[in-house]
Amino acid sequence: MQQIVVVDFGTGNLHSVSKALQHVADNASVVVSRDADTIGNADRVVLPGQGAMGSWLAAMSRLGLGEAVARALDNVPVLGICLGMQAMLDHSDEDGGVEGLSIIDGTVTRFIRPAGDAGRGFKIPHMGWNRVHQARCHPLWNDIEDGSRFYFVHSYYANPVRKVDIVGTTDYILPFTSAIAQANMFATQFHPEKSHTQGLKLLTNFVTWNGSYDPD
Amino acid sequence: MALAKRIIPCLDVDNGRVVKGVNFIDIRDAGDPVEVARRYDEQGADELCFLDITASSDLRDTMAHVVEEVAGQVFIPLTVGGGIRKLDDIHRMLAAGADKISINTAAVLNPAFVEEASKHFGAQCIVVAIDARQVAVEPSPRWEIFTHGGRKPTGIEVVEWARRMADAGAGEILLTSMDRDGTRDGYDNALNRHVSDAVSIPVIASGGVGGLEHLADGIIHGGADAVLAASIFHFGEHTIGQAKEFMADRGIEVNA
Repeated sequence: MQQIVVVDFGTGNLHSVSKALQHVADNASVVVSRDADTIGNADRVVLPGQGAMGSWLAAMSRLGLGEAVARALDNVPVLGICLGMQAMLDHSDEDGGVEGLSIIDGTVTRFIRPAGDAGRGFKIPHMGWNRVHQARCHPLWNDIEDGSRFYFVHSYYANPVRKVDIVGTTDYILPFTSAIAQANMFATQFHPEKSHTQGLKLLTNFVTWNGSYDPD
Repeated sequence: MALAKRIIPCLDVDNGRVVKGVNFIDIRDAGDPVEVARRYDEQGADELCFLDITASSDLRDTMAHVVEEVAGQVFIPLTVGGGIRKLDDIHRMLAAGADKISINTAAVLNPAFVEEASKHFGAQCIVVAIDARQVAVEPSPRWEIFTHGGRKPTGIEVVEWARRMADAGAGEILLTSMDRDGTRDGYDNALNRHVSDAVSIPVIASGGVGGLEHLADGIIHGGADAVLAASIFHFGEHTIGQAKEFMADRGIEVNA
């Protein structure tokens, strides 16, 4: 039986993620863990994240999980969610500036609300159901219609340098990157675990994915 | 604009049962919260809100069990409020599977609690619930914050309070007009517009929905980002799907 490990840095609500994974993965055990060996031996790893990126990454190093996460990123299918996506980049402006994991070239910046009436409809955080346009084919988009809505809640967004790393985009104030992928890593700004049928489809695709992806 | 306006059914839960007072008087039993939550999920609700109105804090564990059961079956955001006073209360509800926690009276008694909660759990999961009553009309309308189910005045002006809560790290405001709550006369959209224009965080309109047109009005006239309603959905008068169809016909972007 495959083991899916949801990495627990103690900073957010992981119950939603693990419950949704349990719901779609009949033949897997889903474990929430902050144990380096458990993470290092997992068949699949999920990096969920809420709150602030600085404290999230600080918790990762304090718990001594940096190496285990790096090993997972080298070897098994990894799904990053929200901060778990933003952490893949080089740098975030949050918390006065934080260095990320540098898996994807680029930075994370805050939404800026347009001044005056133009900004009226654009509250921050970007919260609710918005469309995700599939910028590239990917096994995790299987059976999900292009432009489907997913649930978002965030104030910062990723700016990958290389177009090839972008697999999903969404419009809010400006078109921004809502999903990234590279080799065995896939990450979303939205919350598939809170995104009803489409979200559960994405999680189903993740738990059955062999971890290979060729952007060409 | 591709971001959909949200429709949020609210379940008032008293000792493990969904109830809804009509005009504050007769509390009608509207069923088992888990069943009701599943029904709204199937109908396409964008989020669910649970408000624990259980009087005794000894019975609060009942709510945690309800949340836990719902969270195992319903994969949309869940907000839980009612009786949240300490970080530990928040932790317990998040552990049960809630995504957002609504803080009301505790924020008024101790505004630093909101800041503390937001730092600890993240602004995305902190909703500040505001119960407001109009205390002065045109030409200089004024609304103030009331606690204890709208009975106790605080003298705090609503916009000043909303801004303060946003600065303290609230991710969202749930704004209830206590003048309209239970009346079925529609939202107080002057209040909604007043607050929504003053803060940069999303505002959920609440209190007074009696028909589908009220939901649309909350968005169009009130400037709300989401609309919350209880009784029009509980007793089968309308489905969430009908509400979305109605709103879409009025030109509102919905997640249908």
